[in-house]
Amino acid sequence: MKKNLNIAKNVKIWFGISLVLITISLGSLLIQGLNFGIDFIGGTIISIELHTPFENADARAIVDKFDPSADVTYAGDAQTEVVITTKKSFTTEERQALFSGFQDKYSLQNTDLISVDTVNASIGAEAATNAVKAVVVAVALMLIYITFRFELISGITAIMALVHDLIVVVGVYSVFQIQVNSPFIAAILTILGYSIMDTVVVFDRIRENRPKFGKYAYGELLDASVTQTMRRSIFTSVATFVAITSLYIFGVPAIQNFALPLMVGVVIGTYSSIFNAGALWYVIKTYQHKKSLKTSGTKV
Amino acid sequence: MDKQKVNKKSIAQLIGIILLIIVAAYVLFVGFTVNVYDIGKIQNTIKYGLDLTGGVNVVLEATSTDGGAVTSDEISSTISTISQRINSIGVSEPTITKQGDNRIRVSIPSISNQEEALSLIGKTAQLEFLGPDDSVILTGQDIEDSKGVMQTDSSGVQKPVVTLKFNEEGTKLFADATQKYIGQVIKIKLDDQVISSPTVNVAITNGEAVIEGQASLDEAGSLAELIRGGALPVTLEPVEVQTIGPTLGQDSLNDTFHACIIGISAVLIFMLLAYRGFGVLADLALIIYIMILLILMTALNVTLTLPGIAGLILTVGMAVDANVLIFERIKEESRLGKSLLTAIDNGFKRALGTIIDSNATTLIAGFVLFFLGSGSVQGFAVTLILGILVSMFTAVVITKQLVKILVKTGLFNNNAFYGL
Repeated sequence: MKKNLNIAKNVKIWFGISLVLITISLGSLLIQGLNFGIDFIGGTIISIELHTPFENADARAIVDKFDPSADVTYAGDAQTEVVITTKKSFTTEERQALFSGFQDKYSLQNTDLISVDTVNASIGAEAATNAVKAVVVAVALMLIYITFRFELISGITAIMALVHDLIVVVGVYSVFQIQVNSPFIAAILTILGYSIMDTVVVFDRIRENRPKFGKYAYGELLDASVTQTMRRSIFTSVATFVAITSLYIFGVPAIQNFALPLMVGVVIGTYSSIFNAGALWYVIKTYQHKKSLKTSGTKV
Repeated sequence: MDKQKVNKKSIAQLIGIILLIIVAAYVLFVGFTVNVYDIGKIQNTIKYGLDLTGGVNVVLEATSTDGGAVTSDEISSTISTISQRINSIGVSEPTITKQGDNRIRVSIPSISNQEEALSLIGKTAQLEFLGPDDSVILTGQDIEDSKGVMQTDSSGVQKPVVTLKFNEEGTKLFADATQKYIGQVIKIKLDDQVISSPTVNVAITNGEAVIEGQASLDEAGSLAELIRGGALPVTLEPVEVQTIGPTLGQDSLNDTFHACIIGISAVLIFMLLAYRGFGVLADLALIIYIMILLILMTALNVTLTLPGIAGLILTVGMAVDANVLIFERIKEESRLGKSLLTAIDNGFKRALGTIIDSNATTLIAGFVLFFLGSGSVQGFAVTLILGILVSMFTAVVITKQLVKILVKTGLFNNNAFYGL
């Protein structure tokens, strides 16, 4: 039999690491916030294939007629794509006029308009509200499920570990100022599901092992349970991480936006389910036990 | 471990299953044609979202010009008007759905004149009644209501007709016109397209008219809806527009397809390294999982979008999880000194509860996404939900059978082969 991990004895280390991560995340969120994309703040992104390398000044001359504050950048394998990004949501007429401007200068076909994305600011704010709503609903339902299948303390600690994961993922986006668009929401909710799945496996083992340990031997129970489930946690995470990373490396930008938060989420979700969720459960259980000893002690 | 005889029947079973998987995979991914029976490869039959095919996606917000709230009747009439417009430019399979209380989402795949379509969709409806000399008699603003109903004519036969009800101004205009044009044809035009050209039989002065000669009640109903749509005091504003050129769509599809193959192969190799003999079975189960999922998605007409593909790859990871849970359990049981078959039985039994509990929580997230999300997020949610359900089935039912058959063959009796 292998030696069990010392999760319970070293809770201070695990919580310390998490505390540092959370502090960095929240600090960055407070100081520089998130880099919201047009899905949330509204705006327009237009990509046009020009079939030829171009002078930024030429493109600017066309774009400035519509919005002098717009960003004009290059893209594509041969840098022949022009990408115009602005916080203004262009009307259909403006977009058509803008594209005609490029069409005339570079004699383009209609199909050279690679993509257009326009979002009104009003709908963006709504998307953000809906996202928060979805997260709250999902978390509440999971809490109910875990409380029903396990116990309240398991549910609460699982949710705490989950919130930890979400803060860190959002924090990574804030620290590196990665743009946040609507795929991010779907990714966050997926992390929610994935991370809780990881944690539930640990609680499931604690529940199963409970009769084998002394009634208040929470530490030993935790260590044995985490040790038994850790290989599985790591193997599954490696498999999932490998799959999603392939999407990130070989996929297109639209799918990369989605894969990146998932990659971060899988890593942090694995960490928290091994070192946080069960450890929190242990700390609360031990505290409750000590408290009940004290109160019964004073009565006697 | 006691020596078992090699069981020929089980070996045949195992080889049969592997052959079956190969044949199924061939038919699914390459296609198969026998005489008139043609099974197209799944890549061509599955429905792709417009981020993969190219197309236009627009969300229109309806606002009432009279200042009140937009009713759900007004929205459905507007939807009819929009679909009439899209049909008039001859594009394939637009999807038009109501979103929230006052929004309409229009998705048109594979369309080349994208900006043209956009300006057409967002236009305020122009309904006009024209006289034989093309003079405008009245416009949509003068119409109060229109319905498709059954009406008994003078000879007692039930016929489908379209009723028209005019407002005060319209009643006067229509009365004048019908007096002037008795026996002649009036044209009803919506956005410069004639949708009906009835002949005036009598002068109508009471502001209520019927258009006869409808082929069916359905036809009468849709004409009435178009007229109502043209009379709507509603303006449409595009609040979200997304167009993707056909080249970008095709490129995305190819790149993503390759990324998926690489990702799935990586997982298959990882499982082989981690679990050796069991890894082979887990890989077989995973291939079956992917096939079942793709067939289900095609059958249920689920639209595959880029986020959907990411979801699919994520569920591959989750499908592996169920197998990992099972194999780790088998290892534990085997370490306790149980025989291989007992360890396998106990392993599956013990892992089942864990699999159900851990997947249930992910299902919750999937359903929340489905009910609170919109557009591509919903597509992702469907993939996630289907993936979880199918992966539970393949892990619990299919892997178990495969493991049992493999052990029964008696070919491999050293625990090392199973990575134990």
